[in-house]
Amino acid sequence: MSRRLAIGYGVAAALLAASPLALDAYWLDVLNNVALYVLLALSLNVILGDAGLFNMGQAAFYAVGAYTAAILSTRLQLPVLWALPVAGLVAAVFAALVARPVVHLRGDYLLIVTIGVGEIVRIVLVNDPWGLTGGANGIFGIARPSLFGLRIRRPQEFLYLLWGFVALTVFLFHRLEQSRFGRALVFLREDAVAAEGSGIATARYRLYAFALGAGWAGMAGALYAAKMTIISPESFSFWESVLVFLMVILGGSGSIPGVIVGAALVVVLPELFRGLASARLLVFGLLMMVMMVVRPQGILPVRARRFRERRAAAAAAAATPAGGPGGRA
Amino acid sequence: MQQLLEQLVNGLAVGSIYALIALGYTMVYGVLRLINFAHGDLFTYGAYLGLTLLGSFALQDRLGPVAGLAVLAVMVMGLVALLGALLERAAYRPLRGSPRLSAVVSALGASIFLQNALMLIYGARYQVYPDVLPQTAVEVLGLHIPVVRLAVLGVSVAMMALLFLFVQKTRVGTAVRAAAIDQDAARLMGIDVEKVVLLVFVIGPALGGAAGLLVGLYYGQISFTMGWVYGMKAFTAAILGGIGNIPGAMVGGLLLGVVEALGSAYLSHSWKDGIAFFVLILVLIVRPSGLLGERVAEKV
Repeated sequence: MSRRLAIGYGVAAALLAASPLALDAYWLDVLNNVALYVLLALSLNVILGDAGLFNMGQAAFYAVGAYTAAILSTRLQLPVLWALPVAGLVAAVFAALVARPVVHLRGDYLLIVTIGVGEIVRIVLVNDPWGLTGGANGIFGIARPSLFGLRIRRPQEFLYLLWGFVALTVFLFHRLEQSRFGRALVFLREDAVAAEGSGIATARYRLYAFALGAGWAGMAGALYAAKMTIISPESFSFWESVLVFLMVILGGSGSIPGVIVGAALVVVLPELFRGLASARLLVFGLLMMVMMVVRPQGILPVRARRFRERRAAAAAAAATPAGGPGGRA
Repeated sequence: MQQLLEQLVNGLAVGSIYALIALGYTMVYGVLRLINFAHGDLFTYGAYLGLTLLGSFALQDRLGPVAGLAVLAVMVMGLVALLGALLERAAYRPLRGSPRLSAVVSALGASIFLQNALMLIYGARYQVYPDVLPQTAVEVLGLHIPVVRLAVLGVSVAMMALLFLFVQKTRVGTAVRAAAIDQDAARLMGIDVEKVVLLVFVIGPALGGAAGLLVGLYYGQISFTMGWVYGMKAFTAAILGGIGNIPGAMVGGLLLGVVEALGSAYLSHSWKDGIAFFVLILVLIVRPSGLLGERVAEKV
């Protein structure tokens, strides 16, 4: 992690920690929504940004996590934070089963399949299998989470819970990026044939990335269920998936700080222009088109991986004047 | 037995609409290897433009029902074709040669933009078509078949037949096929590929717009989001038949319509919209090249 980035995270954390002093409950709730979307966007970033798999069905895994947590909480009276890892696991297993036969498909086909999976999940939830999901009304009466004996119900309390989880996620995903797994994914995204040739089991890594990203979305879903205490299928529509996809693309796919900025922009900007609420998606659509022409790598694109040996890096930069994996020539 | 046959006719009518839309996906895909996500929304524009033109010109009163509707259809197709050409200029041409993801995102952006522009113009509520088609039905072999259903089927099949003849028999159609097989070779043979692309973005949306008009006349109710459900189903039809393959889109559309009609009649109506997605995923897993098409899976 570069020094500037560390300072940026520090400042952001300090501002967030102090925000209950300055903001009212409404804006704190907006910040909590930002946290949930940051989690979703970071989870999709593993799939879309790191592994390069076009997944437009992230809402499906979000929904699986949320419903798992909700069912465990209301049927078995399991505390919702205990349900968190279970929700992640169920979402990850579901994603692995779904993705297993389709990860090898070419990008845009995978996109279509994941849209289809998202729709099927929504239709299944509405049709109330075995009376578990409550149909179109959803599940209500999910217990509030409690942490160290403290019951979390007010927005500022959720703020610390949610952003605490975001901080943990950011830390872990930065570690992941540096790991063998993360490097393999970047290699795979840049050149799948070369990666395969270098002994990376591409299909397996793609599947792992898919399951990991989906599992994380499942945990975000559990947190969402805990925050809302009521969930219904309409919260997990196709547009949720589109928004999360947009956050990753807009911010800079593959770049953790970029994705966070993207999520924050997509949630906060419409709040600032509430008068134009109905034109919100119109603007997003236009933004997606313009962005792809003007700056396809996103607001804060991934930088080429730097090496510790300065001289080697300088030599490499001199030899290839290209802009790195961001795609800018 | 009677119910089965009636559902079969129903499925064929709906399927012919899917097929009309699917042709737009498959032609664009054939030439550009691009999924035009905004195609479903162009279809919706056809339905809304048809409604507006129907209300403002009252063509069927001046020219009689058949000629009036024919003129209306030509106007709708022309306008949607224009929209398709504009879309290609604005959203896709600047991205020629950039990575696949860029084009996909731009296409989605165009879809969201078009859909919401429609919502801002007409409002988010359902719009209702006036009753212009006769509500009579004919008895064929003891089956009770609404005339409208037969008309939809007939018009769609006629348009598909015309397109098929155009692509197979004319010089321009040959150029389209050549560009679909190999763009570079086509360019070397003196074919202006950019013109072919433009042509494909005119014909596809024109057919999609006609399908939108048919849906409006047939079901009487349209909404600004319907393009995405129809679009997904039509895309499924295109994949089912083998994307890039024009007869494949027709076969896939009709087949999907029939499967869906039978499925919702005999299994469960609330799962109707899920059937297409199951078919889509199944085809992509079992036979991604579709019934008549090219290979889509990467061998990596």
